[in-house]
Amino acid sequence: MYAALWRLLPGPLWVRIITAIVVVVAVLAALVVWVFPLVNELFVPPEVTVGE
Amino acid sequence: MPKLARLNEEAAPRRPRRAKLSLVGVLGEILVTAGVLVLLFLGWQVWLNDIIVGAQQTTAANELAEKWDDAPATSAPAATATPDPAVEAPVPPVDPGEPVIAARPATAESFANLIVPRLGADYRRPIAEGVGFNVLNNRTTGVGHYPQTQMPGEVGNFAIAAHRTTYGAPFHDINTLLVGDNIYVETADGWYQYVYRGTEYVRPTGVGVLEPVPQTAGMAATDRVITLTSCHPYFSSAERVIAYGVFETWFPRAGGPPAEIATLVEAGAN
Repeated sequence: MYAALWRLLPGPLWVRIITAIVVVVAVLAALVVWVFPLVNELFVPPEVTVGE
Repeated sequence: MPKLARLNEEAAPRRPRRAKLSLVGVLGEILVTAGVLVLLFLGWQVWLNDIIVGAQQTTAANELAEKWDDAPATSAPAATATPDPAVEAPVPPVDPGEPVIAARPATAESFANLIVPRLGADYRRPIAEGVGFNVLNNRTTGVGHYPQTQMPGEVGNFAIAAHRTTYGAPFHDINTLLVGDNIYVETADGWYQYVYRGTEYVRPTGVGVLEPVPQTAGMAATDRVITLTSCHPYFSSAERVIAYGVFETWFPRAGGPPAEIATLVEAGAN
């Protein structure tokens, strides 16, 4: 799958490398900014208060 | 040359074979990707996000302090003597008198900042009224005040709660406090200095820690204490870690911050 995606990238080798890095960084940024906070809502954080 | 011809024949079909997508290969790569994503999420949840949210809470605390600097509280005592601008004398260690007790804030309203040098040179987090998740799981508050307990500087118990992990984790290092460490509560009126005295671990139902005299129900309070509650152990709700401090003195806002946190307060104003 990743090999196929790699072959889809246009241009010479160095352009492909730069494109791949940009895509990976964009995916990571999207995860941190949107996906992870949404997933985090599914977790119940530990209770920190005392109460009956 | 039959040998060379055969070599060419073998070399030729290689390219198309590599281009083929095999089901098992794709499945394997998806599974590996999923594993990496889970690890990335864990790293984000327990480490990166606490740094991000912690910084946002500190920014909110700095903005709060800026607001107080711009518009001093009406409950602040009037300066007894107007300082002569010509004589830049160092402020003598005068008795600031009885601490000013602020009016009770509205629910979820940020009314104070927590400053604990032991927890970081730039440690400043906003305290809001209430201990619901709307306060604790919040990028602009983080520390919550138990509404049934007293206010900063008031005789009795000023009890607050915050996360030890996730959501900025304001109390992550609460177990590193040492006897004698200062815990400052900053409000529109000034800085209330408490001195850390000890830690105990209680069950989640241990509401005795919120009593005006902690763990002593029905006793009339004569001291001013601060109580910090959080979860214990990390990532668990099994127990609660409780840190106590005792009121030492207070610094009216007009007189400037205490020396120990002067750098932090000035840095936050920029």
